[in-house]
Amino acid sequence: MAPRSIHRPRGWASAKTDQRAERSLGALAVAVLVFIGAMLVTVFVKAWPSFSHNGLAWFGGGGDVEAQLRAMQELKPIAGHSIYYFHAWTLIWGTLLTTVSAVLLALVVSTLAAVFLTEFAPQPVKRTLDPVIRLLAGVPSVIYGLIGLLVLRPYINEHLISDGRRASVEKVVQINGADVMTATLVLTVMILPIMVAISAGALEAVPRSWREGSLALGVNRWRTIWRVSLHAARPAIVAATVLATARALGEAVMLAMLGGGRGFAPNLLDGVTALYEPVRPLAATIFANAEGLENVPLAHTIYAIAAVLLVSAGMLSLGGWAAKQRFQRYGVRI
Amino acid sequence: MAGAALLPSSAPGAMAPPPGTPIARAPRERTSSWPLLDRVGFAACWVVGIGLCLIALGIVLFMFFKGIAYLRPSLLVEHPAASAKQSQSGGFLDPIEGTLIVAILGIAIAAPTGIAIGAWLAEYRHPSWLARALESVIEIMAGAPSVVLALFGLLIFDQSFLGFLSTTSAGGAVFGRSFFGAGAIMAVLALPLVVGTTREALTRLPSHLREASHALGRTRATTIRRVLLPTIRTDMATGAALGIGRIIGDTAIITIMLGTFLTFEPVGHTPLIGTLRGTGSTLTSYVYSNSPAGEGGAPQKAYAAAFLLLMIVLALNATVTWLSGRGAAPGERSSAFSLLRFEWFPLPWTR
Repeated sequence: MAPRSIHRPRGWASAKTDQRAERSLGALAVAVLVFIGAMLVTVFVKAWPSFSHNGLAWFGGGGDVEAQLRAMQELKPIAGHSIYYFHAWTLIWGTLLTTVSAVLLALVVSTLAAVFLTEFAPQPVKRTLDPVIRLLAGVPSVIYGLIGLLVLRPYINEHLISDGRRASVEKVVQINGADVMTATLVLTVMILPIMVAISAGALEAVPRSWREGSLALGVNRWRTIWRVSLHAARPAIVAATVLATARALGEAVMLAMLGGGRGFAPNLLDGVTALYEPVRPLAATIFANAEGLENVPLAHTIYAIAAVLLVSAGMLSLGGWAAKQRFQRYGVRI
Repeated sequence: MAGAALLPSSAPGAMAPPPGTPIARAPRERTSSWPLLDRVGFAACWVVGIGLCLIALGIVLFMFFKGIAYLRPSLLVEHPAASAKQSQSGGFLDPIEGTLIVAILGIAIAAPTGIAIGAWLAEYRHPSWLARALESVIEIMAGAPSVVLALFGLLIFDQSFLGFLSTTSAGGAVFGRSFFGAGAIMAVLALPLVVGTTREALTRLPSHLREASHALGRTRATTIRRVLLPTIRTDMATGAALGIGRIIGDTAIITIMLGTFLTFEPVGHTPLIGTLRGTGSTLTSYVYSNSPAGEGGAPQKAYAAAFLLLMIVLALNATVTWLSGRGAAPGERSSAFSLLRFEWFPLPWTR
């Protein structure tokens, strides 16, 4: 009889089990890759009919987006056009307007606030704000939407919009406080915590000796912050901006609640009144029309919007990646 | 020589001022000598900083007061009911259970998968092109809007071979909306966070841990399972908690994948499976449908549910802080800043 194999202590696997473990982990990796890849491909395949019927005009303007979507819902094509007829510029313009203005506003505010937190704020303020910023970063967007809808919107509607202003655009659109300004302000507050957190983290990581060297040369405190600390933290600020843009771009629920629920392009030629006109970005349009996906033309159009969002998000993460490469060169850790 | 060695140690004592002498400080820099532009910037900094503090505290305190004003214990144990009157529309027992179901389902799928993927990325990465492709795809997932994920979820779960996970109508059409589907899509949402924390923790571990284990004759798989993963236990828990936080806060996936129901709509009569195959609501979709944007129009209930949701987020944050405090080396303080990073840089240092 062959003797039993040498006793192995528990947990000492053979080379064969090791190979098996590596293979199964690799297989899992392939499965996840295939799943996500399939998801990306499916969205584009489902989106194709809408793009192929409209060509590049898909991104162009013209016509009323609401009417086009309604035509698809009711399966009654607009006279002279195919059922897929869809020109998305109104929605793209709304996305650009809310995203760009919220990100620019948040960039200025978050940079100043991060400098305040790291340089000037007294220790107790800092210690209170740390958990508060984390809480705000984790607040679900529907709660921001709720606050905006129940607090900010009535205030703007009753106190900031004059009757004359309301009457001036009455023939084109009703203005009622759910508008570009409300949506952008709440969006800014939503992306602020993350931008403040990343910028403040980068400012804290700037070596003390750099600042002290600048101060020793007689440069005043503000200029030291401006020229040395912020300069060193620039890659982190860029990365924070890119990621905040991705979040603003993908925000659907809050913007659907606060944007006024109508595909309308605020006309900048209206001056200040444009701030009070409704807006509906791409993601909010998906959210608002997700009920009607059994309807084939509408579904293709919605998937086309989703594809545009995915491509933009992909390009943004490419931008974030490029910013990160610069981090590594500087050796600054956020 | 001995005297020279002794000298430096005695010198500081001789030079030190007697106790009680006031220490001279540099005079405080006055801003009045600064150029105008610098003074403006300095003032803007204080104004914005204090303004942000006020807004942040304002939002938190507002939600707390509204929540305390409207939250009643009875709301937590009553089923919601569709009613125009706020006094008759019930509580939110079903949404609370729905949130729990979705969070548990999502993290039960995302945590093991994410930890395995993170371990593979950190320890094996064998065909390196596969590793790089996986990393970039996961990064895209981290940035993809959740509405898009929800749309994709509808697309997969109304395939006929997945009909057993949701409702199938008499004509054979699959409805595609169920807790199973929502949980699976939520797992995709949470996956990048778990992968990121696991991978980062593994790459941070000193290599002598692995070397010592290999020197004892343990294989790589055993090293991962018995040495590395137990060492990064707290980091994995942090990743899971961050993932749960993201799952709980998502509204778009819930309203699209479950619809805007208030109560559970189970399918069939099997107790648990029926509920999971059916649809229902979670706290986020409850807040949405009771806000003026939804049909409910019961703002007080919405405030109360939002407050409860905020409490859950707060508890999760506290858990994450506690976990990362336990995992961190002494002296390495983990602030909000370092924790928030994972939500945005799931895979920060691509090799």
